[in-house]
Amino acid sequence: MLTIGLNHYLVLSAIVFSLGILCMVTKRNALGILIGVELVLNAANVNLVAFSRYQTGAADGHMFAVFVILLAAAEAAIGIAIFMNFYNTLQTIDVDRGDELRN
Amino acid sequence: MLEALAFYIFAAVTLVSAIGVVASRNIVRSAVCLLGTLGGVACLYFLLNANLLAAIQLIVYAGGTLILIVFGVMLTSKSPWVVFDPTRGQVVGAVIVSILLATGLCMLLVGNEWPAGTAMTASPHVKDVGTMLLTDYLVPFEAASVLLLVVMIGAAYLARPEK
Repeated sequence: MLTIGLNHYLVLSAIVFSLGILCMVTKRNALGILIGVELVLNAANVNLVAFSRYQTGAADGHMFAVFVILLAAAEAAIGIAIFMNFYNTLQTIDVDRGDELRN
Repeated sequence: MLEALAFYIFAAVTLVSAIGVVASRNIVRSAVCLLGTLGGVACLYFLLNANLLAAIQLIVYAGGTLILIVFGVMLTSKSPWVVFDPTRGQVVGAVIVSILLATGLCMLLVGNEWPAGTAMTASPHVKDVGTMLLTDYLVPFEAASVLLLVVMIGAAYLARPEK
């Protein structure tokens, strides 16, 4: 219990991952879904860095995590641009309303 | 001992604010709780000898992505306090599935013994990380820069005002 090992970090990130999935599934606000994706990506990053710390001893996991952070920022930028178009079209950000292919 | 204490504190911060993200009905509160999660994960990076990554996490995630989300909240609602609730059945189903997922993953992990690896002794120096970025990881680095350019143009195109 008192020596922190790899499994501690993996269990933490498993729980954060599940919470992120839960957030993605239950939110009807499109930005809530985006926030859920950020939680999932953070959980994955903790895994990468923990394996780097306890198993490989090299900084490769850190590199992967840097690229994940970069992709998360890019995904948020594009996602918010899409949601603004969605809002301009439907006057709401509720994803359940976007169920038509053409108006 | 000190490391264990720090880990449990930061893990508690991360988990409690992640639960706050999921549980709050209001999107602004979710975004504020996400700040707690991102900060907790940054502190865990410090514990994991990833000082540079912790700084990047705070600057890019907490300083950039989160602000972008808050801007998105402001731009896409008539009032920041609008609430869309899923139906009770959807919530119950989703909670059951994610609890099953979490317990399944944890049960897989808890009994598992990893093969003995080499532990990292000190945080990699920024210079080493930069060297890796421009030698071993040059192709992903260049792909990432092209991606950022594409994202910049694409986001500006998508979000342009209607003519």
